[in-house]
Amino acid sequence: MLYRECGQFKSSYKSDSSIFPILQDKIGILSLLAVAFFVVPVFANEYWLGSILIPFLILSLAAIGLNILTGYAGQLSLGSAAFMAVGAFAAYNFALRMPGLPLIVDFILAGLTAAGVGILFGLPSLRIKGFYLAVATLAAQFFIIWALTRFGWFSNYSASGIITAPPIIIFGYEFSSAASRYLLTLSIVSVFALAATNIIRSSVGRSWMAIRDMDIAAEVIGIKMLNTKLLAFAISSFFCGVAGALWAFLYLGTVDAQAFDLARSFEILFMIIIGGVGSILGSFLGAAFIILLPILLNVFFSLFSGAVHADTISHIEVMIFGALIIFFLIVEPHGLARLWQIAKEKLRLWPFPH
Amino acid sequence: MDFFFEVLIGGLLAGVMYSLVALGFVLIYKASGVLNFAQGAMVFFAALTFVSLLEKGLNFWAVLVLTLGFMVLMAYSIQKLVLDKLVNQPQITLFMATIGLAFFIEGFAQTLWGTEVHGLDLGIPDEPFIVAGMYISQFDIIAALLAGVLVAALAVFFNKTRIGRALRAVADDHQAALTVGIPLQQIWVIVWAVAGVVALVAGLLWGSRLGVQFSLTLIALKALPVLILGGFTSVPGAIVGGLIIGGSEKLAEVYIGPYVGGAIEDWFPYMLAMLILLIRPEGLFGEKHIERV
Amino acid sequence: MKKITLVGLAATVLSSTLVSAAPAPKDTQFVPVPTYRSGPYSAASTAMFGGYMDYMAMLNARDAGINGVRLSWEICDTEYKTDRGIECYEKLKNKGDKGATSFSLLQTSLTYALLDKVAKDKIPLISMGSGRSDATDGEVFPYVFPLVANYWRQNVAKIEFIAQQEGGVDKLKGKKIVNLYHNSAYGKETQKILDAQAEKYGFEVEHFSINPSTGTEQQGIWLHIRRIKADWVLLRGYGAMNPTALKEARRSGFPVNRIIGSAWTGSEEDVIPAGKAAKGFIAPSFNAGGADFRVITDIRQRIYADGKGNVKEANIGSVYYNRGIVLGILNAEAIRTAQGKFGNQPLSGEQMRWGYENLNITDDSLRALGAEGLMTAVKTSCKNHEGNGKIHFQQWDGEKWTIISDWMDPDSSLVQPLIEASAAEYAHKNNITPRDCSKE
Repeated sequence: MLYRECGQFKSSYKSDSSIFPILQDKIGILSLLAVAFFVVPVFANEYWLGSILIPFLILSLAAIGLNILTGYAGQLSLGSAAFMAVGAFAAYNFALRMPGLPLIVDFILAGLTAAGVGILFGLPSLRIKGFYLAVATLAAQFFIIWALTRFGWFSNYSASGIITAPPIIIFGYEFSSAASRYLLTLSIVSVFALAATNIIRSSVGRSWMAIRDMDIAAEVIGIKMLNTKLLAFAISSFFCGVAGALWAFLYLGTVDAQAFDLARSFEILFMIIIGGVGSILGSFLGAAFIILLPILLNVFFSLFSGAVHADTISHIEVMIFGALIIFFLIVEPHGLARLWQIAKEKLRLWPFPH
Repeated sequence: MDFFFEVLIGGLLAGVMYSLVALGFVLIYKASGVLNFAQGAMVFFAALTFVSLLEKGLNFWAVLVLTLGFMVLMAYSIQKLVLDKLVNQPQITLFMATIGLAFFIEGFAQTLWGTEVHGLDLGIPDEPFIVAGMYISQFDIIAALLAGVLVAALAVFFNKTRIGRALRAVADDHQAALTVGIPLQQIWVIVWAVAGVVALVAGLLWGSRLGVQFSLTLIALKALPVLILGGFTSVPGAIVGGLIIGGSEKLAEVYIGPYVGGAIEDWFPYMLAMLILLIRPEGLFGEKHIERV
Repeated sequence: MKKITLVGLAATVLSSTLVSAAPAPKDTQFVPVPTYRSGPYSAASTAMFGGYMDYMAMLNARDAGINGVRLSWEICDTEYKTDRGIECYEKLKNKGDKGATSFSLLQTSLTYALLDKVAKDKIPLISMGSGRSDATDGEVFPYVFPLVANYWRQNVAKIEFIAQQEGGVDKLKGKKIVNLYHNSAYGKETQKILDAQAEKYGFEVEHFSINPSTGTEQQGIWLHIRRIKADWVLLRGYGAMNPTALKEARRSGFPVNRIIGSAWTGSEEDVIPAGKAAKGFIAPSFNAGGADFRVITDIRQRIYADGKGNVKEANIGSVYYNRGIVLGILNAEAIRTAQGKFGNQPLSGEQMRWGYENLNITDDSLRALGAEGLMTAVKTSCKNHEGNGKIHFQQWDGEKWTIISDWMDPDSSLVQPLIEASAAEYAHKNNITPRDCSKE
């Protein structure tokens, strides 16, 4: 009853094509952002800010990147973590070798580097489809991680291959507390999420979806396969690259290439599957689920810590994780985003039955 | 030159072991269109169960039968609990489900049997033969022979038995098979059980070679380039693919590796597979795809 | 069905945010135990931290803690991943009356990641027998303690041992040594010092990496090692990489008794899975194996008799398990030392730092503790956070480890300048003003 667009008339094309046409949606998202920006940093403790919310935001960004490639453009990729790694190491090298550049520029350049690498490994997509493409992206994953570990130049010849991010200083202000890093991450991720939403709604996004649905038909109606697919790889890798740079600079502080291994790629893939393939909201929901689940399980099992041996608890957690993934795929294959959509549909009628 | 042959032969023999794992994938993909990422976890589970039962002091053959029973039970549960509920879902969903399954089986195996690394002694000697100045591993040769026996047994199974024919029918066309009265669900249970048996053999051989430990699950990652080369649906393709990957990987590691600091065995098969895909997008033996608009 | 799931999920999420894990018991000295219990490296961690926790449990049971202050601890599973490790750190660092006593890590990449944080939070980071080696310099790294023997000194010991086997340091000239290392922070840390030693003694060194995530494919590398006719191989592996290496070495015909492991490849857990292939393998260790020590008998009586042990009883006395006891002893003695200055009460991380910096475990005190022969004397100071523990070499005969060398005190003259240079570089890069030990 409360959630309906009755009485909301649009008087210009511009207002009609806004991202959140329904006023209630607008209010909802603005209040969510307000809470995220103003309420959370005040009330959340350092552990929540630094170890849960920041990785959640960064992984959502990476999930958005993968969603662009796999969800909207239909190109299955198992190498998203490798592009994150490229972004992280590129940002480190830019910050190291060109110290005059502002940090935001470093992040952008890192994203562009990742985009370049993405285009390179995306070239096979013109000939290869489906699972075969997934295996080709695995090649990217293994090769990139090997290269970053093997060639000392990337990590400035450190004895251990670990890179340490410089202190985050923007306009003279040092972002060292968890709350300040959280706000910076939140700002960057919100801007990028907005950008992603707008890209998806543009003709570029529509051409991606055309390719996803039936690429030969898309080519027939004049969409250039080469450009469109490579653009998808480029933009997706850009997002993943920036996410990787944020991971290294704003979350961990020090990182080695192993932090972006195959397990991380699968983690991001799980996020978009559970959250909802082809949905920006789904990226956030999936990331939240994947981040919170191990913590939930930990807390749940710590209640039993006497009865069950700690070893077994870790393994049971892995089992539950796998089982939940299967459960989700059975119960709602379109992910949490679809559940949210269903909820909104129901809200239009509530509290009336029909 | 001797050394080249030694590396090549060693690689080919290792390749046969890769094919064993790839075989499990091929069986399941052929019959049900599912790329079973959990095959590696199944190999690990089979090996771990076998070795743990063996360490409890039971007789070798009893343990073998028991483990086979476990694998059949697992196949049945997977079919009932996972695959039945996901009929008609797109391939990517099924693939993701098998990844979830892989996690589950890994956790389950370690919950049941613990995380220690076990040595597995099958009684196969591991000292090298020395033939014409080249070291050739006895173990590898025997493993290759065993793999050959397994492939031959599978060939007989597929071609000469009723169930085998039913499996081939299902692999060809699900609808048509249903029409002639072949019980699809039962067939799938059988396929997964056979894949489980293959996983057990692979697990025993690999476990004997590397020790039964968690990294057995990662052998599945090696099988993927084999599948690319050999095609997802071809048994001879899996063998040939395995030989090519095994041989080329070892040669690359020995001849190119030292110049780039080693550890290229990891990504080399994938790069090779990718390059071959660029030339032949369905792999060397895969079926040609006809897409209609 | 969907509704119930949704409601159930929502309820669990909400309730978990309200419920936090149990707080540490009051008036105890809280010790976090960041271990990893699954994955390819879990054997070492389970064994070592098992011994650590057993020792602490025994102290509580036998002596009611240390001077009346009981110990409490909590496990956090880092899964050998850096980000999970940081999460564990953030979760546990403020637990207990005065915060965490110390953070004992068996995870080099996590050590690197926490270097800044522990300095800021003033919690000692103990990386016993590991790195980073230049953290021995307490002036630059006030809160990091690579106790007993750091990676670089272990490496010097290995080369000295090889020299012994070859018949003298001058016989090293022209020999080929292969450094087969695990491609991680741990594995890479000895490359620089090996090159320095190669230059000094005139031997050739070749470095090969093994990818940690698979580590299973080593056939090519061992064939290459045989082909170049290497004289010795330094196997710097970890976890699953070790048995594979030994097996592949045997299959390719390289003599196993010319393979020298590292301190973290030399325990029962590493060699038993390799079966016959491990016979003859040599590894260094800064502690002894075996169950023939009074402290282990005490643990057996007090803890295992009640079924409260942390490892399988068959694994008591393995080299890693005993290493955990060594860690327990170091921790306990540091607490005791610090209590001497600050009183018999739960101590903060900053006070514990003083304790760790003034450790003086002598042979007499080891005798009193029932650990004579288990480890050697350790004496730390503000400038030396390592303590100069001794290293001996053992060889696997198929059933047990036999000690084949005396306790060696490796020559620090090569290592010390490297440590100081590396620490100075770190200080410079990170704008750290080193403290002046002479003034404290």
